[in-house]
This record gives sequence, C-alpha cells and structure tokens, in this order.
Amino acid sequence: MTDINTYEGAPEAEFRDFVALLKPRVMSLVVFTAFVGLLVAPVDVHPFIAFCSVLFIALGGGASGALNMWYDADIDAVMRRTQDRPIPAGRIEGGAALSLGLILAGFAVMMLGLAANWFAAGFLAFTIFFYAVVYTIWLKRWTPQNIVIGGAAGAFPPMIGWACATGGISIESLLMFALIFFWTPPHFWALALFMKSDYHNAKVPMLTVTHGRPATRRHIFAYTLVLAPFAIWLGLTSVGGPVYLAASIVLNALFIHGGWQILRRSEETAVADGYAVEKRVFKLSLYYLFLHFTALLVQHWTGGW
Amino acid sequence: MPLNAEHEIHKRRRSRNVGLGLVLVAFVALVFGLTVVKVQQGDMLEAFDHQPRVSELPGEEPRP
Repeated sequence: MTDINTYEGAPEAEFRDFVALLKPRVMSLVVFTAFVGLLVAPVDVHPFIAFCSVLFIALGGGASGALNMWYDADIDAVMRRTQDRPIPAGRIEGGAALSLGLILAGFAVMMLGLAANWFAAGFLAFTIFFYAVVYTIWLKRWTPQNIVIGGAAGAFPPMIGWACATGGISIESLLMFALIFFWTPPHFWALALFMKSDYHNAKVPMLTVTHGRPATRRHIFAYTLVLAPFAIWLGLTSVGGPVYLAASIVLNALFIHGGWQILRRSEETAVADGYAVEKRVFKLSLYYLFLHFTALLVQHWTGGW
Repeated sequence: MPLNAEHEIHKRRRSRNVGLGLVLVAFVALVFGLTVVKVQQGDMLEAFDHQPRVSELPGEEPRP
C-alpha cells in the first residue's frame, strides 16, 4: 500500500454532489411550469429577461432543495430511495448544505428582483420559506396532510413566472396553482401505495401509515374529482382554448378513471399483481401534469379563444 | 511511484474548482447580458441620485 489517506472521514465532495443538493429533477418541473406561466402571461417579456427569470426561479427552487436536504438528512439516511443523497452518503457536511441553501436563496431572490420585478422576487422568497420552513421543518413530520401542504410549494412556480411578466396575480395564475396543488396529493399517494415501508421506517406520517391504505385509496379518488373542475376551468380563461380544453377533458377523464380503479381495488388484489394499477396511475399522473402545461404552450402559440 | 502522483481526492477537488469557475463565468455573462437588455429597454436610466435631475426641473422660459 503506497497510498496514505490523510482525509479519512473528512468529506471531499465533487461538483456534482453540490448539483445533486439542488434536486435537479424537481428543478426541471419548476423550470417547465415557471416557463409556461411566464410565456402564457398577456405581457411580452424580452427573451433574455425571461431566460434569466426562469433561471433564478429554478435556483430558488434549488436552494429550498438544499435546505430540505440539510434538515431531512436523518430521514434520508433511513429511506432506501434517498440513502445515496450527498449528506447521508457522507460526501457533503450538513452545514455546507445549509449555507449553500441560504446563500443561493438570497442570491436568487435578489437577482430575480433585479431581472424581473420585486413582486416576483418576494413571491419567490415566500415560496422558499414555505417549502423549507412550513413544509420541511414544521409539517412534514407532524401531519399526514404534509403532502397536501407541501404541494402548495410546488404549485407556486407558474404563479411566479406569471408575476415576472405581469407583476401581479390573476385568475389564470391562481388556476395554474390549483392545477398543481390538487394534482400533488393523488400523485404522491399513488407512489406511497407501492413504496410501502420506506416512509414508515423513517417515521414520516404518510396517509398510508396513519389512516390506512383503504383511506388513502379514497383520498386519491376524491382528489382526482376535485382537481378536474379547476383544470377544465383554466381552459375557459384567457390562456385557454380548444386545444387545451380537449386535452384537459381527456386527461381528467383518464385520471378520474385511474383514481376509480385504485379506489375499487383491495390490498390483496394489489399485492397479487405487484401494484400494477397504482404504478400505472402514478405514471399517468406524470403525463397528466406535463401534458396540461404542454397544452397551455401549444394553445399560446396557436392562439386562444 | 513519483511523489507528485495525483490522488483521487485531487480529481474531486478539481471538479469543484472547475465547476465553480464555470458558474462564475456564466454569472458574469448573465449580468452583462441583463445590463445590455435593460439599457436597451431604457429601464431605470435615471436612478435616485440625491439632487434634482435636469429632466425633473421645470423648463426655463426663454428670456427676451
């Protein structure tokens, strides 16, 4: 052995470990929805300002991701899905993630204020606070409704994008919020149905654990019903149009049908076929959101009502 | 084995340094681009500067 390792135990992170702290996959959703929110707004924004605005919104989202990973490192270490994250894997120290999150958050808010406007910047600051403090620190370990409230944080980006262009809030941006807000619970609960033991081991109060799986199935179906009118209503506003409305009706019919199938299944049949329906509905929910926002884009380019 | 052999740890450190360098270069480019766009749009060309600006003073009547 010719190597002498003097850094035993001291983490020496690579650059990509810091990138992983920002949750790039969550960021991609933030980028897409914020971009759509900004583009469909009735005020034209210079393309470079639009690019910068979306970038700073994404950085703000990344900052809240880093803060979340700092606070949740103990949970992440227990769950199989998150064990490889930089902090539980020992590649980055918790304090480094905390300072990266705080600095990046302040930076993203300041730069968004300078690039777009201070209303959008304040909105971004509120979103980061909501995700990092209200959701991660306060509610996630306390109530099985954590997913519902956490969903609000994920639903703000299109509103921030809209605010970058218009400097305010309107019915269209509120409905885009509602679309993501009511979509999140059925999406995550479908996941929780087939990712069985993970949350339980981490002692995170998931609905599947606290109220049982049949109750979770009922909740999923109920939320697909609540979601549909908001999604379709968005099609009747100034950003809607025939393309969006047609896509939305089809997607909501499929999603409600999926929720109904989940509701009607007993745990035995689900175990017997390896949660095939739950997995299918989870995948459908991803397409549901992506295609709704894609339809908004297409509608914007082809002209609305 | 030569003394200046590169340890794996140096590779990790370099990835951090190069990454941060690229981020800073990108940031400079971004601020420069923003400046050009903002100036072209004419936003905030006259910021608050603690004394009355020429454009805000009442126009003087031409003297006979």
